[in-house]
Amino acid sequence: MGWVEGRFEENFLVTTVEQGISWARESSMWPMTFGLACCAIEMMAVGGPRYDMDRFGAGAFRATPRQADLMIVAGTVNYKMASRVRRLYNQMPDPKFVIAMGACTCGGGPYYKYGYNVVKGVDLVVPVDVYVPGCPPRPEALLEGLFRIQEKVRGMRYLTKGQAVEIPIPSRTGYVQLPPELDDADPVKALEKQIAFAKMNKEKATPTKA
Amino acid sequence: MTATEIIAVLDTACGSRIKSKHPDAIDPYIVVEPADLVAVCTVLRDHGKLQFDILNCISGVDYLELDPKKVAKAGFEPHLEVVYHFSSFTFQHRFALKVMLPRWKGDKAGDLPEVPTISALWPAANWHEREVFDLTGVHFSGHPDLHRILLADDWVGHPLRKDYEFPLEYHGIRGR
Repeated sequence: MGWVEGRFEENFLVTTVEQGISWARESSMWPMTFGLACCAIEMMAVGGPRYDMDRFGAGAFRATPRQADLMIVAGTVNYKMASRVRRLYNQMPDPKFVIAMGACTCGGGPYYKYGYNVVKGVDLVVPVDVYVPGCPPRPEALLEGLFRIQEKVRGMRYLTKGQAVEIPIPSRTGYVQLPPELDDADPVKALEKQIAFAKMNKEKATPTKA
Repeated sequence: MTATEIIAVLDTACGSRIKSKHPDAIDPYIVVEPADLVAVCTVLRDHGKLQFDILNCISGVDYLELDPKKVAKAGFEPHLEVVYHFSSFTFQHRFALKVMLPRWKGDKAGDLPEVPTISALWPAANWHEREVFDLTGVHFSGHPDLHRILLADDWVGHPLRKDYEFPLEYHGIRGR
């Protein structure tokens, strides 16, 4: 901005439209009221006066997805809830951001192994921008997550994220993708191939006695 | 009233229906046949000396040892139990009742064992029975609205059964 500096009178501010819009957007990230389990208590603490998310412009919790920019998924998502989470996400206006708050939404958490009805990470249902681990995370951690979102907004070069209204569920399968030479339609044969491959590798790795 | 006295009262009222009595257990209980459940429950609720006016809970328990090495030591045959806990505000006493069931009706996998509903006696039983149906797979015959209460309606299987296998996928969402 070198060439315009000092050309105008005082109290006159110069910026780019891009920066101006990003600044306005990052200073008014309106989250959606979206507490699913115990993490919601911590999210409420962040909204309260002690941690006061409103200092950073994100204190206006909206009761509808249509007025929200940010979805803080706070708590365990189960299969029955997953379709609802997706539906709410689809209803948010375009530059939309998702924070996965807590161990359960990051990857199943304590329910990973024996939770028959828990989605193993909310990223199997909606695309996640920032993961905030912890069980539950400290309020400061969630604020930090918000700052990372704001950083992302600051870096945006376009007005929208260009997200399609409907993204097929899930955006990734999560299954291990085997190379074609080790894969087989018959799972038993595939396993035999993998074992043979592992054996061969092990033999390759053993040093020959001199 | 102590458990022994409650059992004595039940003995005079419907002695032939009681299969076995366990007054010395931590939770004293009797065992009845599914066919006799409603009759015994009516006595529990309406008898002047018992007046069990509240049904605390209904639990479904699956007794099954999956490890073949431990089967001999397990000390039970594979079966299902439905446990009812009652208490009385009037007399401040409590009691339990058990119904023993096969894991599958007629040992045919997929056919749920049947118990008559007691939701006509205690309306609280309505949701409790739905939960037991949902998670352990017991069919409560005569129930006014028997469908899943916690899991989604199109869920397959009953998760608190010991031999339940976790779904690999549910509507395109990876399971594990």
